[in-house]
Amino acid sequence: MENEMKIKLKVWRQENEKAQGKFEEYDVNTNPDMSFLEMFDVLNEQLITEGKDPVAFDHDCREGICGMCSMVIDGRPHGPKGGITTCQLHMRSFNNGDTISVEPWRANSFPVIKDLSVNRSSFDRIIAAGGFVSVNTGNAVDANSILIPKETADKAFEAATCIGCGACVSACKNASAMLFVGAKVTQLALLPQGQAEREARVVAMVNQMDAEGFGACSNTGACAAECPKEIPLSVIATLNREYMKAKMNGK
Amino acid sequence: MKVLSFLFNSSIGRKFAMALTGIFLITFLLVHCGVNATIFFNDGGETFNEAAEFMGTNWLIRTMEIGLFIGLLWHIFQGLWLWQNNGMRRKQKYGKSAGNANSTWYSRSMGLLGTLLLLFLVLHLKHFWIVSRFTDEITSGQETLYGEMMEVFGADGLISVVVYVLGCISLSYHLLHGFQSAFQSLGINHPAYNPIIKSLGFGFSIIVPLIFAAMPLAMHLGLLQ
Ligand code: SF4
Ligand code: FES
Repeated sequence: MENEMKIKLKVWRQENEKAQGKFEEYDVNTNPDMSFLEMFDVLNEQLITEGKDPVAFDHDCREGICGMCSMVIDGRPHGPKGGITTCQLHMRSFNNGDTISVEPWRANSFPVIKDLSVNRSSFDRIIAAGGFVSVNTGNAVDANSILIPKETADKAFEAATCIGCGACVSACKNASAMLFVGAKVTQLALLPQGQAEREARVVAMVNQMDAEGFGACSNTGACAAECPKEIPLSVIATLNREYMKAKMNGK
Repeated sequence: MKVLSFLFNSSIGRKFAMALTGIFLITFLLVHCGVNATIFFNDGGETFNEAAEFMGTNWLIRTMEIGLFIGLLWHIFQGLWLWQNNGMRRKQKYGKSAGNANSTWYSRSMGLLGTLLLLFLVLHLKHFWIVSRFTDEITSGQETLYGEMMEVFGADGLISVVVYVLGCISLSYHLLHGFQSAFQSLGINHPAYNPIIKSLGFGFSIIVPLIFAAMPLAMHLGLLQ
């Protein structure tokens, strides 16, 4: 096949959270049209045929919306291209003969489950602490019964595009979760539905974030540069502001 | 007091404290730089000595000096704590990491740059502050602060000059990240103001350390009388 492409993969293999992990090397025959995850499917087929343990990695939608496909590729979360997830990365972004290193997200708050698959339930606990609005059940209200200016709706939507992938944490030298928390807090602080719990929310979410063991932000900007949804750093400024206001009000 | 406890026990509160003390120290640098730049009048240090005498005797300035030290110590201890603490958040390090692809080296090295500055500061305080506040060399009129500078940086002062220039380089990189970072930590990030903060920060981080570095250099090279 003229399109054939041979690469060498250096993949992090780790039996479980407690085990000592290490890099293993594999040769894979792929082609430029494959996605990075399809290339991993090929590798796993190969491993299974050889009677070896396939590489555990997370994926679900394979179209950039679920946020599961966490891989640090050649030192960058989701690989060398900006604004995409691993499932949207294709082998044409690499060259024939390349050696590519693949590791899991690394942060104390994201323990490795196996190989490249990490446990991100610390994010779920942050959301559970306040990343929601409480509403009474009943009939669904008319979509336009609460008027929201287009500009505000757009800004809230921009923050709402966060898919909770955790690339921000994985890229940050402090393993800080501020971009993620900032996105959630900003989204709800902008909308009328988020007002009732606005102050309690930000304090509860930041407390949970700290308790989960994420580091403090030092504004290097690595998170926003690596975020597949290009969530801007300004959401962290908003988070700081919201938190300060709530604290000054004695929350 | 309880309202302010978040400054000590939450990640965002600590950042906030770093930013406030940082901006305070930036204003101090401006004053310090302005006063010291009077040596460039090249009047044998006359204006400078007068300014130094005023700064050393005026009660308002002396009171603010206490505030300065509190701010400085707060910034140092908080900074060291954050450096140490943030460093523990990723026990298993990356085999390969491409940090330069997403951030500047100096934004990731604030703890290191700050520590270099701290070491420099110890020497700097020993050179000038201790002499002028805790000995009577200057008050008794045996020596002027300008004369002291000439002595430290003069013909035999090559090592001091090199250390001071290195200190100024660390300061410059520390400020390149710190200046704008302080505003972000305080929640000031808005398309209308960001360009002003960025260019002001950039200018300040280059110009102020440059003026500071020019002082020992000019003295060592014999450009000042
Ligand atoms: S902010 Fe970006 S990088 Fe972080 S979890 Fe959300 S989508 Fe992923
Ligand atoms: S698999 Fe869903 S975002 Fe990549």
